[in-house]
Amino acid sequence: MADSPELPQALAEIRRDFLSLEVADRLQLLLEFSDSLPEVPAGMVAEDTWERVAECQSPVFIHVEVREGLAHIYATAPAESPTTRGFASILVQGLDAMTPQEVLAVAPDFPLQLGLQSAVSMLRLRGMSGMLWRIKRQVEEALAS
Amino acid sequence: MSLPSDSAATIADYAHPERLVTTEWLAENQGTPGLAVVESNEDILLYDTGHIPGAIKVDWHTELNDPVVRDYIDGEAFAALMSRKGISRDDTIVIYGDKSNWWAAYALWVFTLFGHADVRLLNGGRDAWIAEGRELTKDIDARATTEYPVVARVDSDIRAFKDDVLAHLGKPLIDVRSTEEYTGERTHMPSYPEEGALRGGHIPTAKSIPWARAANEDGTFRSHAELENLYVTEQGFEAGNDIVTYCRIGERSSHTWFVMKYLLGFESVKNYDGSWTEWGSAVRVPIQTGDTPGEKP
Repeated sequence: MADSPELPQALAEIRRDFLSLEVADRLQLLLEFSDSLPEVPAGMVAEDTWERVAECQSPVFIHVEVREGLAHIYATAPAESPTTRGFASILVQGLDAMTPQEVLAVAPDFPLQLGLQSAVSMLRLRGMSGMLWRIKRQVEEALAS
Repeated sequence: MSLPSDSAATIADYAHPERLVTTEWLAENQGTPGLAVVESNEDILLYDTGHIPGAIKVDWHTELNDPVVRDYIDGEAFAALMSRKGISRDDTIVIYGDKSNWWAAYALWVFTLFGHADVRLLNGGRDAWIAEGRELTKDIDARATTEYPVVARVDSDIRAFKDDVLAHLGKPLIDVRSTEEYTGERTHMPSYPEEGALRGGHIPTAKSIPWARAANEDGTFRSHAELENLYVTEQGFEAGNDIVTYCRIGERSSHTWFVMKYLLGFESVKNYDGSWTEWGSAVRVPIQTGDTPGEKP
């Protein structure tokens, strides 16, 4: 898959890492992402500002803040849902501290660019698409406010 | 060689207790030759975070479904899968999983399409095992490949297709989805918008009996007396009924299929795996909205 020029560098690197692996190993990499989802420090995000990602069956919440011109992405997902957690972790680690414009420029089909369709299935990948569009929507709202 | 059935008193009342094992039974029989423990989850990575020692991972999306056509794999692919996983045709298979065993029941139903004789569910599934503080491991035991025979899939006994359901209208039909999905307020399960359909509602004449009514809070099945009270006394199902269950893709209805077939002992129970994602998007099939079953068209 050709690199889209608009993909932020960290996200492009994540995609490159996935595509460089055999399909089975991509699942292991997703598990590593799940294990390394950055913990949100207590009090960092106000309870009532978390947004539930309805596209995921498990309780996944995201929150985006734009501070000093950079987007900061926060996410929580239960350990019992490692696949969903892995998706959240990819987006948090790939998009955090990017400019709002960089986040908004990410192609909506980014989740389909990781080579996970046959390993994870299309159905499951749609949860990640839901997270991505909610992150972008929150960035837009932050810019507008 | 089949392993002996679980004779625990908690499951003895069911019509076919040999289809169920308790966590105690599994703990005692772990490692016995002829036993294959299979974990099948909604989450494809959950097994990798820790599983019952010796368990084999089988994923329904990526391994039991045909990669192209909306159907299950064929006999050759199933034989190859079982051989690769180190499962023999005469093994006793015990399946467990997350979400009150939805996907475990689904896998059991698919294994049954291939006539695997001895396949059982772990009562309470993954959550019960963990809640009791039993051992989990990330180690994956190497199992020798087997020579699983190629057996043709037989759909006619326990699987219903859309045309079968059209011909079935007027006979017992169970919709196991949430109330909002049944009435047509939602075209998808809460939190599963990706598995939507173009129209909302239910198949005319179908009774709404959400799958969870057959399960306890801890994921185990309700007792035989409770199930009989629900399905026989309250809902009026009778011996000799031809019953079809459905949900959105066939996994929650596999849970109810298991209850009707093996816990209550109805002889003729089929699962309509096309379910609402097919029916609710099909052209010119009858649909009923609202909270009543509706008349046969």
